[in-house]
Amino acid sequence: MDLLSPIKDHHSERRLFIARVVLASVIAFILLGMVIARLVQLQVFEYEVFAAQSQGNRVRIEAVPPIRGLVFDRRGTVLAENLPAYQLELIPEQVSDIDDTLQRLAGLGLIEAEDIPAYKDLSESGPRFKPVTLNFRLTDEQIANFAIQRPRFPGVDFQPRLVRHYPEGELIAHAVGYVGALSKADLERVDPTDYAGTSHAGKTGVENSFEDDLHGDVGYRHVVSNALGRQIPTDSREMADSLPTDESPSPGMNIYLSLDLELQRIATEALEGRRGAVVALDPWTGEILALVSAPSFDPNLFAVGMSTTQYNALQNDLDRPLFNRAIRGAYPPGSTIKPMLALAALQTGAATVERRSMCRGFFTLPNNTHRYRDWKPEGHGEVDIHDAISQSCDVYFYEISVDIGIDRMHFYLDQFGLGQPTGVDIRGEHAGLVPSREWKRQNFRERADQTWFHGETVIASIGQGYMLATPIQLAAAAGALATRGIRYEPQLVAAVEDPLTGQRSLVAPRRLDDVRINDDEHWNTVISAMNAVMQDIEGTAWGAGGNAPYRMAGKSGTAQVFSVAQDEEYDEEEVEERLRDHALFIAFAPLEEPRIAVAVIVENGSSGSRVAAPIARAIMDEYLGYGDDAP
Amino acid sequence: MRLSETQRLITGKVAPLGDFGRLIRKLNIDGPLLGGILLICALGLVVLYSAVGESTRLLMNQAIRLCVALVAMLIVAQMSPDFLRRWTPWGYLAGLVLLVLVLTTGEVGQGARRWLDLGIRFQPSEIMKLAVPMMAAWYLHDRQIPPKAVHLLVLAVIIIIPTVLIARQPDLGTSLLIAASGIIVIVLAGLSIRLMLGLAVLSVPGAFVLWNFMQEYQKQRVLTLLNPDSDPLGAGYNIIQSKIAIGSGGLFGKGWTNGSQAQLEYLPERDTDFIFAVMGEELGLFGVLALLTLYVFVIGRGLYIAMQAHDTYSRLLAGSISLTFFVYVFVNTAMVTGLVPVVGIPLPLVSFGGTSMVTLLAGFGILMSIHSHRKLLPH
Repeated sequence: MDLLSPIKDHHSERRLFIARVVLASVIAFILLGMVIARLVQLQVFEYEVFAAQSQGNRVRIEAVPPIRGLVFDRRGTVLAENLPAYQLELIPEQVSDIDDTLQRLAGLGLIEAEDIPAYKDLSESGPRFKPVTLNFRLTDEQIANFAIQRPRFPGVDFQPRLVRHYPEGELIAHAVGYVGALSKADLERVDPTDYAGTSHAGKTGVENSFEDDLHGDVGYRHVVSNALGRQIPTDSREMADSLPTDESPSPGMNIYLSLDLELQRIATEALEGRRGAVVALDPWTGEILALVSAPSFDPNLFAVGMSTTQYNALQNDLDRPLFNRAIRGAYPPGSTIKPMLALAALQTGAATVERRSMCRGFFTLPNNTHRYRDWKPEGHGEVDIHDAISQSCDVYFYEISVDIGIDRMHFYLDQFGLGQPTGVDIRGEHAGLVPSREWKRQNFRERADQTWFHGETVIASIGQGYMLATPIQLAAAAGALATRGIRYEPQLVAAVEDPLTGQRSLVAPRRLDDVRINDDEHWNTVISAMNAVMQDIEGTAWGAGGNAPYRMAGKSGTAQVFSVAQDEEYDEEEVEERLRDHALFIAFAPLEEPRIAVAVIVENGSSGSRVAAPIARAIMDEYLGYGDDAP
Repeated sequence: MRLSETQRLITGKVAPLGDFGRLIRKLNIDGPLLGGILLICALGLVVLYSAVGESTRLLMNQAIRLCVALVAMLIVAQMSPDFLRRWTPWGYLAGLVLLVLVLTTGEVGQGARRWLDLGIRFQPSEIMKLAVPMMAAWYLHDRQIPPKAVHLLVLAVIIIIPTVLIARQPDLGTSLLIAASGIIVIVLAGLSIRLMLGLAVLSVPGAFVLWNFMQEYQKQRVLTLLNPDSDPLGAGYNIIQSKIAIGSGGLFGKGWTNGSQAQLEYLPERDTDFIFAVMGEELGLFGVLALLTLYVFVIGRGLYIAMQAHDTYSRLLAGSISLTFFVYVFVNTAMVTGLVPVVGIPLPLVSFGGTSMVTLLAGFGILMSIHSHRKLLPH
């Protein structure tokens, strides 16, 4: 130790030290006082603010989706139901390497490899704690596969949920439609609050048009959740006591369709391997008994979710299975409009029962050499209006068309509901087209094209040219023929049932304006000719109706897809399948008291009487109790 | 008849001591200090049990660490202040070497190099928490008090070297605490008030320099303190949730294990740095005041021991240990209540984790040693 340094004065040193401790203590108490003041501020003065914030923190309102209403056919067969299924979910925040996880899931066959980029996008877009659904419906095998591998997939798990299921699949796809994952467009159409817990919405058919009834009303519950948004079971904690009351969802309405599953089956089987459509309805109510478009598809694919390949396959299929031909397919109606034109001719005086024409197989307008050919090259010989319908003589109708004129043709066909939407209760209907001078003026841009030509009237009389009709329009028109002018809007939905009370409210038939042809004789003439079509040896569809145990009426039609040049023979064998004529048929039965009206279209079926008529017959047989398995 | 402690010591006939008292005395344990520490630890374990989600395993974990730390305290209490003083420079040098080793070969964890594995994994900065005030006290022990300017410079070097080394890890919170423990020694040694005020004024530009040395996340913490709502889901989240937890606890709290903020994981770091908020939420204002009272008692007892100490080294060291303990308590509680920036400082004796527990109790062991090894000389 340095000798020059002053000797330590222990007493003064201790006094100094004590002074400093006192000073430090004072400072410490001031600092501690600040902390305590802060605590008092937070816990006493601002207590209510923070208490409210802590309550808001933990209690989250969660939407409880309603159970979607069921769909039944007229006999109560389930067409659309909700089945419990397991879906595969991924919680992004719990997955360290999303790419790797998705690759491995694809390796196990749980997801499609091609969908990985889409799932990756989904995982990165939402909140990190919100599960992303990778597979809406796991098969039993997939569940088993995954269960074994589960420890290798942190953040991936399967969850139960209700999946829309269509037990009859293809049979009812176009009538009932399907549900699909809720899209942005859907959310603009519906109340987002009501759909807060809903994952799927109706996309087509009844599922789409009756979405409001089927969906029901959302409920909600208060859940205690942690900071990550994860739910805490409330029954195990005292915290649950203070929760506000929940509200249960109201299930969607059950819907009964007038559809008859047996008719659907027969129509579907009859159209097997073809493109076409069948619509059958009760002419006295407009209730649709059958609505089939072929080829069909499995609506369950949409409810469950499908891979991009599957979707592209459906979308790009040349046969367009997703296209609802029954309400959207617009076809030249061909000769099926002849009974209606005959009525128009009789009503306007353009034709009488006595009027006879000589059919030589073609027709020419005055001062014109163009030959409008009959389907029968050698001609029908001398025909009256009865023969002209039953044998489908084109030349007779070419002749009277000139006398009726296009505008009066338009006037009467319009009354049968052609050229306008039928008002069927599912969306997406095509309006069809019945041309007129006015229509031509309005729809062609060039002045030269706006003039109506007589030749256009001539071909309109056999349902060619501009004229287009949908299968449902033709079925409704057949119904109007059956009821002698009384018309109803076609509808699929017959009753709506409240699942809670079991109370069913029937949907009233919606009657439309009658066809203004009041002379019963005119109807008798045309209907008996339509009967002859099917049950007279001379009739075009004798082969389909000749042997029936009941009386029926029908009219075949064969619509050109491909124009045959003048004087050229149309050779069925040589024309490519897709260029063959469309086969059409309309019918109703029984003749005396009609109960069913049918329209059938078989694309490229070549012959209405040979291809389409037997399908109509089979449907009427089944409905009237003469089916294969009838007693 | 009630004798004062001093009277008992002077008379030497210490009748009122039972077997237990004699054992305590024999083990050089200070009863009041131990009692205060044990009460804090007991309260801490109760709160911790709730904060770790009622996990008995983690609770046992902590209890075992506590026992280890108590053993360390007992061992240190047996070493006389003279012995400690003689070994102080060597301990300090060893600490410096270890700190350099950490910077060159240490294990990296959470973006920082703090751990050293020499058979057992530990943070050399923990050694420095005691070595720095010991070294400062050692240096002043034989020198004139209050210290002269040249001595102050030496002291500054003693303090700054480990502070910088630890700040480089980086571990700003610990380095500041260690610097504080050294500075406290100097202040207790009688650093002139005028000089302190001058330094305080100088610290304003110093703060700017410091700001430039800070890591981005440290700057963020300061900014967040100034306006926590600016980033409620990011940096401000901790403070907002912590304030909600404390505030919603009210006077009496939501009840033990019933704090929704804590139990539902809204509160981050709830078993470590933010455990004070758990307590505030579940036990309310009365609960945290009880804990603060215990802390005040322990610190007060420590300062009393310091004032009773017989030599410069013991005095300064005991005072520094007690006041540093206060700094811990203050910084943590002020941080959790949103008064100071979030610095990673646990609530002493309560937060989960064992490394600092051993250092803390070793420090208390030094206090006990100082108190029980006094030379029975009248002044």
